[in-house]
Amino acid sequence: MIGESMYQELILEHYKHPQGRGLREPYDAEVHHVNPTCGDEITLRVKVDDAGQILDVSYEGQGCSISQAAASVLHELATGSTVAQTLSVVDEFTRLMQGRGQVAADEEVLGDAVAFAGVAKFPARVKCALLSWMAYKDAVVRSAAQ
Amino acid sequence: MTSFSLDVEKIRKDFPVFSRELPDGRPLVYLDSGNSSQKPNQVIETMREHLALHYSNVGRAMHVLGAESTEAYESARDRIAAFVGAPSRDEIIFTKNASEALNLVAYSFGPHHWRASGTAAGTDPRFTLGPGDEIVISEMEHHSNIVPWQLLAQRTGATLKWFGVTDDGRLDLDPAVITERTKIVSIAHQSNVLGTVNPVAEVAALAREAGALIMLDASQSVPHHPVNVAELGVDFVACTGHKMLGPSGIGVLWGRAELLDAMPPFLGGGEMIEAVWMDHSTYAPVPHKFEAGTPPIVEAIGLGAAVDYLGEIGMEAVEAHERELTGYALDALREVPSLRIIGPDSLEARGGTVSFTLEGIHPHDVGQILDDQFGVAVRVGHHCARPLHLRFGIPATTRASFYLYNTTGEIDALVRGLHHVQKVFA
Repeated sequence: MIGESMYQELILEHYKHPQGRGLREPYDAEVHHVNPTCGDEITLRVKVDDAGQILDVSYEGQGCSISQAAASVLHELATGSTVAQTLSVVDEFTRLMQGRGQVAADEEVLGDAVAFAGVAKFPARVKCALLSWMAYKDAVVRSAAQ
Repeated sequence: MTSFSLDVEKIRKDFPVFSRELPDGRPLVYLDSGNSSQKPNQVIETMREHLALHYSNVGRAMHVLGAESTEAYESARDRIAAFVGAPSRDEIIFTKNASEALNLVAYSFGPHHWRASGTAAGTDPRFTLGPGDEIVISEMEHHSNIVPWQLLAQRTGATLKWFGVTDDGRLDLDPAVITERTKIVSIAHQSNVLGTVNPVAEVAALAREAGALIMLDASQSVPHHPVNVAELGVDFVACTGHKMLGPSGIGVLWGRAELLDAMPPFLGGGEMIEAVWMDHSTYAPVPHKFEAGTPPIVEAIGLGAAVDYLGEIGMEAVEAHERELTGYALDALREVPSLRIIGPDSLEARGGTVSFTLEGIHPHDVGQILDDQFGVAVRVGHHCARPLHLRFGIPATTRASFYLYNTTGEIDALVRGLHHVQKVFA
């Protein structure tokens, strides 16, 4: 069944055991994003050093397994990476999510985030997967502007 | 099933949608009628036939088709008036939906800003509203019975107040909420989330005592119970066609004629006028005063066919059937581990809408798996009643809502699906 392909073991694992959850100090930028159609929300903070390395992505939010697992995977992928690298992952993830299931996932770039490929077939759920990733992009842009 | 006073299997044959399968051969289990109902052949065919053979504009065309179309449209008004017990057919205003009916009434209130030429209408003190005056709603309202009143309060400087909701999902009828400054009270007849049927007589008595008008959002009651607007003791009732076997795009406002006459027009345009000059106009009598522009003709006729269909089955039978389904569902859902019903746990003053949460599992995930693997269509989210969900400290619920075509077997399918959801997230 299609639903089975969406609820990958990795997604359920991240939902039950979210990585890096909780808002932490210090941070350079904090953003709050909501999905008005379903009420999912996230508050997300980033801490970036002068060399553009992501020192921490911390977050707090509520929502479905897809939105919460996506935030957890994002935390793992971004922390320790650089702004430039992570923004290209965000772009690839966005391309996959908006591909209506017709876009092949680049596992090299996406790592664990490739588990969300099945979500792209459900237009109503794409925004769930993208919520934290869009918040992250927003936060990184704001931190750079400071 | 023999104890039901209506023949569900026969009724289901009237609804083409129940003869289809979902992808992968899943049967459709439609438990989302509180959101929008399915349509019987009688409605579909009536609308098709009108579009095919009788269609023209209404009220203004001087030819055979114009006469036939007008006759069908106005006859739908007659039948809807009879269905809801309106003392006069002219008290039935066709709107786009219940939201428009609620907005229409909300827009009738304001400062002394309106005066129909040659009449004293618009200066009626019952519709004047300003700083210090109060609007009363409740915490269990659909957004369509909240936002129009927020906008009215913002336009006029009036104060918006509300009744709270108790832990078991009942209206917290604190009599102090309504005061002598209250001009309008507007509450749901039946909650679209909790299923609670509100004590209309008690609220109406409080409103009367304060000299306030009272409006009911009956979107969730008129489709499911025998409703007689005259006996309710209220001033306005809003309901919508698509939740009662009719098409979308048609709603109904009932109001007491004397009040409708005293209210200013809502939208201006064709057919709502008596005479127009370049600098002013006079207006048609009700109901047409409130029906500017070409109305949803075929939709109104479709709604007429829907109330004929419901009337033939009998609203007492519909109500009894849903009551039996609701009792069955409450018993079955209580057996699901960690399931919490949001709303009354008994059949006392409640309709066939059951909302619940499953601990640790978000309703969107519940709805997705129910749909994908069991063909069970429920609604998930805040159901356009966000303040009510905030009241219960939850972002969303899963809602099953029943209608005359549902069976206990479909509730069994829901419960099987919920057990599976729990297995996926265990």
